[in-house]
Amino acid sequence: MDRAREAERRAGTRGLLQQLDPRVKLAGVLALVAAVALARNLATLAFLLLLAVVAASASRLPLRLLVTRLWLGTLAFTGIIALPALFTTPGQEWFTLPGAGLIVTVQGATSAAYLLLRVLGAATLAFLLVFTTPWTHVLKALRTFRVPAVAVVVLGMTWRYILVLLQAAHAMFDARRSRTVGPLPGPVRRRTTAAAAGVLLERSMRLSQDVFLAMQSRGFRGEVHVADQFRMRPRDWAALGAFAVLATLCVWMGRQ
Amino acid sequence: MVYELSDVTCRYQDVTALRGLSLSIEAGSRVALVGANGSGKSTLLRLLDGLLFPDAGLVRYRGTPLTEAAFAPDGFAYSFRRQVGLVFQDADAQLFNPTVFDEVAFGPLQLGWGRDELHARVGETMEKLRVAHLRDRVPQRLSTGEKKRVALASVLVLDPDVLLLDEPAAGLDPRSESEVIDLLVGWAGGAKTVVTATHDLGALEDIADRCCVLNDGRLVADAAPAVILADLPLLQRANLVHAHRHTHPGRQHSHPHLHGHEHARDGA
Repeated sequence: MDRAREAERRAGTRGLLQQLDPRVKLAGVLALVAAVALARNLATLAFLLLLAVVAASASRLPLRLLVTRLWLGTLAFTGIIALPALFTTPGQEWFTLPGAGLIVTVQGATSAAYLLLRVLGAATLAFLLVFTTPWTHVLKALRTFRVPAVAVVVLGMTWRYILVLLQAAHAMFDARRSRTVGPLPGPVRRRTTAAAAGVLLERSMRLSQDVFLAMQSRGFRGEVHVADQFRMRPRDWAALGAFAVLATLCVWMGRQ
Repeated sequence: MVYELSDVTCRYQDVTALRGLSLSIEAGSRVALVGANGSGKSTLLRLLDGLLFPDAGLVRYRGTPLTEAAFAPDGFAYSFRRQVGLVFQDADAQLFNPTVFDEVAFGPLQLGWGRDELHARVGETMEKLRVAHLRDRVPQRLSTGEKKRVALASVLVLDPDVLLLDEPAAGLDPRSESEVIDLLVGWAGGAKTVVTATHDLGALEDIADRCCVLNDGRLVADAAPAVILADLPLLQRANLVHAHRHTHPGRQHSHPHLHGHEHARDGA
């Protein structure tokens, strides 16, 4: 919840990306992510990652935030997948790991670098969108790109339920802690956690039923109408052009 | 007559919440539905709002039976939703939009209001409810009092003829509670039909000119608030008052009393 609040706070600051129309950001980020996916050389992937880092800096997102909130986790999970490729991909020997005797091949290191750079690049671009745009604007922008209303409502309500359930879970665990002295044995801890999960599920079902009734009560008949307040200004058109040029350039550069 | 209920029985969440209830509500009246937790107040409000339908008996709104078939055509459904508004007890259930503005604008958008009218009315209602400064905030991260105000604004923006309120002041601090009650009492100059479910007897005479007492899904009394408040045995039967200990300077005693009311210094 703290991270969600921080993302919202940073989205409200006056950085480069924060000042752009959310539709431009969404389209631009999607185009650059597509360029990341299509790139077939490491230089293009590295350039796109560098571009994302520069954009983050211009949007007042410090490098430390990127490293701690995104890169460490991404590297850990992707690293597990990429690591075996270093040793199992056949090819020209690059160096041998001292002590272990494992041979790292050039081809193995290259394919691991591709995977890491692709994941880091795409994740950093998505991170930029989320940390520079209020979630509500992302949802509205999705609607302008003809994403079905039902999908957008489901996304919005999922986010809303996650926050409500986190609050409820937090209160439940606080209540339990206030009645507990010292650490609980493993089986007891597992039992209480399972019981808490059951209670949360029951609560969420009741809440979702009430939310649906509240929507019906105010005229909801299956189609969602959104108050669209976006307006394109000259700088948004300029940014859209810049995104288009960059994405096209990267796709062209990344052909080989 | 706005509502006519005849011999209504309704089950909700596996419980028979209302049993053979008959009741009429006139236009412009202010009715309080009073009862302990689980007495059927919230279920009755959902029936009056056409969100639930009785298992037996009939609910009529201005002569039209409220049935699933009646809500099938858009014409009646939109007209009814425009005329009747329900404020839920749990504000969290009512706040499902990404921002306070979207929350207040949700109803008008569903009912197809024009852009200019929508912006004007939403802005005006947010000013009245003193939530205009929260316009771009996420509703679920507001304080309890702010959430309640936004929930009220989201219904009052439609300016419904009939306002159904489920514990409108529940969970509020004393100041917010009195502000909300003042606002609802004065809404539209008191010309609307207002049905309020509550178990707070302290504000009864402020919010209603008629009081229906529910107990275990049955209507057990229907009279002016002053008459109901004077009937201590009835209030005890309906679990609305209880005896508990008081400490006065020098001594301690216990007797039934209404919270928010003065009691005789020598006790009963």
